[in-house]
Amino acid sequence: MTQLSVNNLLGIKHLNKDDVDLIFKTADHFKEVINRPIKKVPSLRDITIANLFFENSTRTKLSFELAEKRLSADIINFSAAQSSVKKGESLIDTVNNILSMKVDIIVIRHPNEGTSDFLSRHINAKIINAGDGAHEHPTQALLDSYSIREKLGSVKGKKIVIIGDVLHSRVALSNIYTLQLLGAKVKLCGPTTLIPRHITKLGVEYEKNLTKALEWCDVANVLRVQHERMDIKYFPSVREYTQLFGINKELLNSIKKDIVIMHPGPINRGVEITSDVADSKQSIILNQVENGVAIRMAVIYLLAQQIKR
Amino acid sequence: MAKKTLLNEKEIHIILHRLACQLIENHQDFSNTILIGLQPRGIFLANRLVKLLENEYRIKNIILGKLDITFYRDDFRRREDPLIASKTDINFIIDNKNVVFIDDVLFSGRSIRAALTAIQDFGRPKNIELLVLIDRRFSRHLPIQPDYKGRQVDVIKNEQVQVIWKENDKKDMVCILNT
Repeated sequence: MTQLSVNNLLGIKHLNKDDVDLIFKTADHFKEVINRPIKKVPSLRDITIANLFFENSTRTKLSFELAEKRLSADIINFSAAQSSVKKGESLIDTVNNILSMKVDIIVIRHPNEGTSDFLSRHINAKIINAGDGAHEHPTQALLDSYSIREKLGSVKGKKIVIIGDVLHSRVALSNIYTLQLLGAKVKLCGPTTLIPRHITKLGVEYEKNLTKALEWCDVANVLRVQHERMDIKYFPSVREYTQLFGINKELLNSIKKDIVIMHPGPINRGVEITSDVADSKQSIILNQVENGVAIRMAVIYLLAQQIKR
Repeated sequence: MAKKTLLNEKEIHIILHRLACQLIENHQDFSNTILIGLQPRGIFLANRLVKLLENEYRIKNIILGKLDITFYRDDFRRREDPLIASKTDINFIIDNKNVVFIDDVLFSGRSIRAALTAIQDFGRPKNIELLVLIDRRFSRHLPIQPDYKGRQVDVIKNEQVQVIWKENDKKDMVCILNT
C-alpha cells in the first residue's frame, strides 16, 4: 500500500492495519532524516499548515511544529488564549478565516470531543486531530505503538497494560484501537471510578490489582492523573492513589521480569510514577518524544501527498 | 509490447570492468572517495562495482552509501502514483570527499538534481561525479551529464530502458521496451 485510506487523521478508529503499517514505514525513513547533520527535507515547501490549539499543550504542539518545519512546510500557530475566540467568535468562523489565508492542513486540539470530525465535514482542508477532549489522540497512540515496535521488535502478540485515569484519557482510547489493530493484547488497570463502564466491550480486560497487571504485561503505559478534568472526587486522596496505582522501583523489582515503561507526558512525578522509574533504563519515555516527531512527519507527509494542485 | 535486447550478460560484464577501471584511474586507492548508490535501482549497480573493485582489483575499504531522493523530488504531488521512499544509509560525513553517484539509467536528470540537493544534508563534498550504466541521450530536462557511462543510447520518448539484474531476475540484461 502506498496511500492512506483516509483523507484526514481524525482518529485511529477510521484507520486500518495497512494505514498504520504505511505510517510506521514512512516514519522509519523520517527517523533517519531527523538523525542527520541537517535534519530537513524540502518535500512540503508549497504546503501551509495551521496549528490550532484550543487547549494547552507542550509536547504535542512542539512536536507537530518541529515535524512541519523538518518537512519545510510554512506554518502558522494559533492558541485560543490570545485570540478572538475570547471575543466570542465561533469555531467555524475562526477556522474559515484562517483557511482564507490559503492553508492546506489544519492540526487541531480542542477540549470538546468530535471537534476535528465536525470541522472535516464543514471545511475544505486536511485535518489532523491533535487531541479532542477525552475522545482520541491518534498521533500519540501511533508513536506509542511505534516505540513499542522499536523496543520489542513488533507489537503483535505483546501484552500491554494501560494504567490510571482511562476515563479522561484520549491517549487510552486511541492506544486501545491501535494496539488491537496491530494484534496486541490490552488490559486496563486503575481505580474503578476512572475506568469507563462499558470499555470492556472494546475487547479489553480490566485488572484491578496493579501487581497482577504488571506481572502479566510486557509494557506498562502509565497515564497521567488529569486533575484538571476532574469535576468530582474520583479517589479519596492523591496519596491513596499513589499507594494503590503508583509505579515505583520496589514494585518493579518485586516482579520477576523487565517490563517496558511508557508515559505520554506530562508526568506527575511521585503520583502515578516515581522519578527513579521514569528515568530508569526500562523507561522509553524520551524515545516516545523523539519518535513523535518522526510519526507526525509521516502523517503530515502522507496526507499532503493527497493534495493535488 | 516489443522488447529488444540492448546489452547481454557478457557485454554488461565487460562494461562493469571498464567502469571499475575508469574509477580506479581517477580515484586510485579510494581513500578520499565515497560511492553513493541511488535508491532504489542504482544500488544493484553500486554493489556490483564495489564487489568487482574489492575482489578483482584488490581495493580495500571502499565506502558505499545508499541515498534515497524521494523527499527531494520536484514531482511530489504532481504525479498520479504516490512516491514510495526507500532507505537512506549514509552514516558518515562527506565533507571534503570525492563523491560518486551511481545509478542505472540517466534520463531527464531530475533524479540527479534531487540527489545533488539531498547529499548536501550530509556535508559539503569536495566534488561530485556521476556514473551511470545507460545514458539516454537527447532526453535531458536539465544540464546534467555523466562522468562515467556504460553505454549511450538514443531512444524515443515512448521507449523504455529496462535494466535487469541477476539479484532480481536470474540474469543480467538491458533491454528496450516499446510501450
